[in-house]
Formats: sequence, C-alpha cells, structure tokens
Amino acid sequence: MAHALTHLEELEAEAIHILRETAASYERPVLMYSIGKDSTVLLHLALKAFAPGRLPFPVLHIDTTWKFREMIAFRDATAARLGLDLQVHINREGLAQGISPVTHGSKVHTDVMKTVALRQALSAGRFDAAIGGARRDEEKSRAKERIFSFRDANHRWDPKGQRPELWSLYNPRVHPGESMRVFPLSNWTELDVWLYVWKHRLPVVDLYMARERPVVERDGALIMVDDERLPLKPGERVVQRRVRFRTLGCYPLSGAIESDADTLEKVIEEMLLARTSERQGRLIDHDQSGSMEEKKREGYF
Amino acid sequence: MTLPTFTAGEDLRGWLERYERLQLLRVLTCGNVDDGKSTLIGRLLHDTGRIYEDHLKALEADSRVHGTTGGGLDLALVVDGLKAEREQGITIDVAWRYFTTARRAFIIADCPGHEQYTRNMATGASHCQLAISLIDARSGVTTQTRRHATIAAMLGIRHVVAAVNKMDLVGWGESRFREIEAEFLGFCARLGIEHAVALPVSALTGEGVVRRSNVMSWFTGPALLDLLEGVELPGPGDADPFRMPVQVVLRPNLDFRGFAGQITSGDVRVGDRVRIMPRGTEARVARIARPEEHGGDLDRGQAPESVVLCLDREVDCSRGDVIACFGGASDMRVGRRIVADLVWMVDAPLVAGQSLLCRVGTRITPARVVRVIHRLKVDTLAHEPAESMALNDIGRVELECEEPVAFDPYRISRGTGAIVLIDRLSNATAAAGMIRTGDPTERGAHWDDQALDSVSSPVSGVSAAERDARWAQRPCCVLLHGPPNTGKTEAAFALERALWDLGHDAVVLDGQGMRSGLSKDLGFEPGDRSENLRRAAEVARLLMGQGRIVVMSFVAPQDDVRERARALLGPDRCLFVHASDGFDVPGIVAQLAARGLIGRRTSA
Repeated sequence: MAHALTHLEELEAEAIHILRETAASYERPVLMYSIGKDSTVLLHLALKAFAPGRLPFPVLHIDTTWKFREMIAFRDATAARLGLDLQVHINREGLAQGISPVTHGSKVHTDVMKTVALRQALSAGRFDAAIGGARRDEEKSRAKERIFSFRDANHRWDPKGQRPELWSLYNPRVHPGESMRVFPLSNWTELDVWLYVWKHRLPVVDLYMARERPVVERDGALIMVDDERLPLKPGERVVQRRVRFRTLGCYPLSGAIESDADTLEKVIEEMLLARTSERQGRLIDHDQSGSMEEKKREGYF
Repeated sequence: MTLPTFTAGEDLRGWLERYERLQLLRVLTCGNVDDGKSTLIGRLLHDTGRIYEDHLKALEADSRVHGTTGGGLDLALVVDGLKAEREQGITIDVAWRYFTTARRAFIIADCPGHEQYTRNMATGASHCQLAISLIDARSGVTTQTRRHATIAAMLGIRHVVAAVNKMDLVGWGESRFREIEAEFLGFCARLGIEHAVALPVSALTGEGVVRRSNVMSWFTGPALLDLLEGVELPGPGDADPFRMPVQVVLRPNLDFRGFAGQITSGDVRVGDRVRIMPRGTEARVARIARPEEHGGDLDRGQAPESVVLCLDREVDCSRGDVIACFGGASDMRVGRRIVADLVWMVDAPLVAGQSLLCRVGTRITPARVVRVIHRLKVDTLAHEPAESMALNDIGRVELECEEPVAFDPYRISRGTGAIVLIDRLSNATAAAGMIRTGDPTERGAHWDDQALDSVSSPVSGVSAAERDARWAQRPCCVLLHGPPNTGKTEAAFALERALWDLGHDAVVLDGQGMRSGLSKDLGFEPGDRSENLRRAAEVARLLMGQGRIVVMSFVAPQDDVRERARALLGPDRCLFVHASDGFDVPGIVAQLAARGLIGRRTSA
C-alpha cells in the first residue's frame, strides 16, 4: 500500500472534515474572514471541501474601518474572483461615537469595533455557527479551545464548562440563540499555514512582503501611516522603511518589522530564523497577561 | 510552537519539503497533580526547539510571580495556559501543544491529573497514538497511574510510556526505578498493551528527556525524545476494511451527485464494489471526484483523507450512512442494540431506561440505556455489578437505538466503532463509548466477541520442534470449499490419505460432521453459515496449536467469512481451494511442500 499521509495532508483532511460537519450540522453557518494568511488557507479549504459545489455559507468580515487599505482591496478582489457571498459588518454605533484606536486605545477600540461588532453581526445574521481560522498554537488560552467551541446566547465562552471532544465525533448541538465557534485550523502551526500557502501558491495580501512603506516609530513599534487619520505625536516623523507585517489587523495596532523578505520563500525563511513569536506585533495581546483569555470570554474570536 | 532548526543559508525548499513529509505523532501526557507533567512538556519544548524570546520573557516574569522554583525559570508555566490554573498551579483542561523535530511533527494532548482526569484522559486518548504516563519516583505506581493505563488501553492506545520522574529526588537510584518499572509493566501486560516501556527522567534537570542521562549510566534505554521520534507507527494496513461515513451530499447540478466524507479506515479505488450501510445497497465507485483546480480526480483514496465519491448508480444515500467495502475481511454490523464500554462524563448519573442521543459516525440517533452490564474497578480491573454509573465511572452498558445503525467493534475500526452520548435536554456530551458487539441475544456469528480476560491458553508439554521432527510438518489448514455435490468431502479424505501415506498427520473437519453435533443449533441463514465456519476454524486453530494439518471441507459461500477464517488461522498457514479450480490432490500436496508446510520425513 502507498505511503501514509504526511502531516500536512492529515491536517488538510481534518480541516475539510470539520468544515463539512459544520455545513451539515447548522442552519446558518458563516465563515469569518479576516483577510490574513490563516483566513486565506481557511477559505481555500472551504472551497475545496464543497467542490465542485459552491461554498454553502456566506463569508463575513468585521470591518473596524481601521484595516489597511490594501487588506480591503484584497478582500474585495478575492470575493469577486471566487464569487463569494461576502458580507461586511461595521459597528455603526461605535463609528458614530467616533471610537478609534488612536483616541480610545487598543482595548476600547477592539472591544467596540471587533468584539461587540462581531456579536452584532452574528445576532443580526442569526448565524448559529461561525467558522474561524484561529490556531491553538497562537496563544496559551487558545491551547484549550475546542474545535467546536460552544457559546451561550450572549456569545460568551466558558473555559471551565467546555464540552469534552472525542475522536472526530463532534457534538454540534445548540439551543435556539446559542451558537458554535468552529476552528478547522486548530491543529495547524504558523509554519503549516505558510507551507500550505507556498505549496498551493495561494495569493496573500502583499503587506506580508517587505516593501518600502511610510512608518513612524512609536513605543518601540513601527506603525505604518496608512492614511491621514493617524495623528503624529510631537517629535514623530514619517520615514520610508523597508518593512513587512507578520500579522495583520488594524493598522495603528499592527507593528511592522524591518525586513528584506520580499518573496514568500524569504518570508518563511525569516520566520524560521526569527526569535520572537508572530503575535508579538499585535499590540492587543500585551495589555496584561491573560488578556486574550478575557477577550475570548467576552466573545472575541 | 517550536520548530526544528533551520540555519541561515540552508536550502529552504529542501528544508520545507522535508518538513512537509514529516509524519505526525499524537501524544497524550497524563499524571497526578504534582508529578511534574507540565515541567516535562516545558522541558521538551525548551530543549528541542526554541521558545521565542518574547514568550521566554513573559515566562521569566510569570516565574517570578507564580513560579515554584524560587524565582528561577519555571518551565511548567510554558504550558499552564489559563489564568485560573496558573494561579492554582494545576492544569484544568486538555491543552494542546505543538512541536517539531527534524524527525517528526508532534501534537501533545496534555491531560490534567485532578478530579476530572478520567473525562479529560479519555478525551486526550481518543486523539492519540502514544501515551506518556508521569510517575513520581517517590510515590511510584498509584491508583491514578493504573487508571491512566486502563483508559489508554480501553481507547486502543498501543504504546504506553511510563516516565518515572523526579529521579533526582531519589538519588538517581536504579533499584527504585526497576521496582516501579516491574509493577508498571506487569499492570500493562494485564491490560494487553502491546508496547509498554518505562524510562527514568528528571524534568527539572532535563536528564533522560531530550538527551540520555550521564548520571543514570545504569540505564541503557533511550531518552524520552529518542523514543518518541523512533516509535513505529502502523501504516495504512491492507487488511483495514474501507469505511467512509457520509457527511454531506454534493449536488451542484443535475449531472453530479457526490458523497463527501472522511475515510476513517482502509482505502477505496475507482471500480470498487461498495455497500451503503445500514441498508446494504450495492454500488460501484464511479469516481473519486476532485475538480481540476484542486488537482483533478483521484484513482484511490485512503484513510484519513477527505474525499468525494460518485457511485455508478442512483442509490438512496445521505448523511448518517456509511459507504463500506463489499465483503472482504469484515462486513459492518447493523442493528439497534449496541454493547459498549462507556466513560461517563457528567454529574447526573447514568441509569437504565434513560434516553440520550447517540452519535455513531455521522449519524445522531435517539437511544435508550437498556441496562448497565458492569462497572470496572480500575484498581483491580474487576467487573462489579452496577445499576448506574457516576461521573468518571467506566462501565459496560447495552443501548437500544431508535433506528438500525451500522457500526463496527471499536478495536476493528475506531471511526465507526466509537460513540458519543449527548444529553437530550442540556446538549452536554455525557459519555464516550467504545462499541464491543451488537445485540448479545441476536443469533449471528461471534467472530468479534472477546474471550473473558481471565481465560488463558494452556501450554503443551510437547514442543513444536518435537512435532516437526516426528511428522515433518508445520501446522496448517487446507480449506476445500464450493457448492454441494462438487466432491469436497471425497477430496478431503483423499488428501488426508495422501498426507498419511507420506508420514504426515492430518485431520478432516467436514461441514456435515460439524452440523451433526457441534453446530446442530445452527441453520442456513448467512449468520448461521458464518458461525458454523467460525466454529470449525476455532477447532482447526486448537488442532493446529498441537501441530496438526487440518483439512476442511465446507460450502463456505461468503467471501468475507472465509477471509475472517483466514485471518484467524494466519494467512501464511492457509491454503484455500475452490471447487471450480478442481480438487487436484497431488497438486495440493505439492503446493504444501512448495510453501514449506510439509517436508520429507527423516526420522520415525
């Protein structure tokens, strides 16, 4: 008999199984699309899971209105190219209140424009399952997250009351109003994701590649000046630097790294030689130790 | 995440291709609260790859606040994730860790050792191929160690490693280690665990974890990591029966109808005959469909791939059904009654009469608890009569499903032999189960029944070598099969005569002979025919155990049943001849000789 599956093939088969379980078990599933590399792989796997059929659920992007412009362009181009049913949700109340990462800081901004916005969108769409691209290796509190992760009617996660998950016999059942978060990439590592992108030549946002970009140095991080909304503090100066991003989010909250890695292979090479984790560039994780766990309890993805 | 080393200037493509091909080993770690399990995993992660600098920095800060090593780096904090558990110093839930070495990719299911251990252990074990059981060298094998090994065995884990930790606290002494090793291996042998091993380590100092220990030079075995990297995993076996629970039916247009699912066992090729279970409808695989942009159609699919099958005819098939191989070594069982070993995982007890939802493969069906057969006493492995099961109890129950379901015994196929029970009101996952058999009162063949654990096989005082010297033969079985009146029985006795004349010792087992006594309770339904051949094969097995050549003459019309008999007796010891090939007695004798099963008789 032929070779046993490689670890990447095994991870792919598992993810496709999970996506199909979700489509079969829920009335209104939705795929959360954040435009980053994990979402890119997740979307590709979802298309593959149901091919030659169409994707049996819409794709939802929570737009904080502070994403990099390139991300939004990439999102719209991807949706058009793949014929996706793309839904974009913005927290209009937050927007009306003028919530921004610049004036309110990362904690308030993330809470209102991401966590609350997500709850709004899931409730408004009456989505009973939301598929996300989170990986267990990203952060400590994620290491205990289930693949089918139950949320109560208020979208809250109870880390101590999780359902045991055995074999691939997921328990998909929810009462009306309750929902499930589903994580098909749970067992993937950052390298697995990049390897899959590389192997299948998946297009990713160019922000992952090193380019000359306008940045300011702020609190030890390099912040890209993506539009005129980023006010400069006294003494700050916009400079052109050759930088790229390891993770993508709201531009004022995403730290760039100086790099010469202008191709996917060089990016992977740089990652293999790196000495810090990918989430280090994400300012929201550093509010306090255990901060991700608290965000997740409240409904953050 | 930790990664194998990549050095600047190395060939990236070559490195990635090697990395991609690495196989995955899923490892369970379990132990009591203070056995040092988290420290051990932290040690593995720390010593094999890199803990990123920002993580290390956070770890140093955490060690100062929560650490138990007097402000020094507390490796346990690498893995104790949730805030609550860091404050309590215990691991609350199964946590998943990922690391890769140059030889293998690992997923670690880290299972806590406090009151929820059984439920968490079972959860972790259901995903893993190898279990590491942490033992504190000072306290030795405890009730929990036995419980962990029992659950690992129940869930079908074939590799169990006892990491005897804190060897530094017992002066690195060999005698203490050997004591624990003997007790642990003895217990594993009783559980039927095929590969059990004990290793001395100190997670605190790193001795014996990633590298072999210098201070324990008396130990000649491998370091823990060497063992993990080297352990041999069974590849996809040819004998595994094909199973694919159907997840969704894809109907993008009127010309395409594909059944999507993950293959849980065996493999499938285009053209294969399959059955849609539980109805048993036959079809052939017309395509293993994959659009061009994803690489095009496949000729073959194997476990655990996720595929889309198209069949050659319109059949009734939907989510919950299983597409299974036709015949072969084993057909799926179909029925409403199931006997399963359960781990009960919720506070409210399980009692007879209770109604739950039962998930088997992709089917979720209401089921009633008919009775609790017994509860397992983990310390002694004794079965005790019971009326109910409480949280974390392990026991055997009989269930009755509302509709017929297709299933396999768990030890034959995990994907179609495992069940999950769900509370109908709260939706809580109430139990995990491993199916043993179907309806115990239903007449049918008993190929998959297991003998009582207390039964042992007696050993003969005459050795195989002595028998060989006298009879110049290896024990083997010749099965002459085919429709009635094709001369099977005559040929069987002619073969016995021919072997006798050459000085060998053969015994004839004939279908009619079986039915006149040993099988006189059986009729001619498929289940009865199967059972008749099973009994004959078991008799043959006993006779072969004492050196005989057994010549069997049976109608034996079922391909799959004959294959069961072949598997029972050992394929290299079987010669099956069908009536359509003609029963050429000298030819059969020549074949036995050619296969080395009979030789020239040299002594009296």
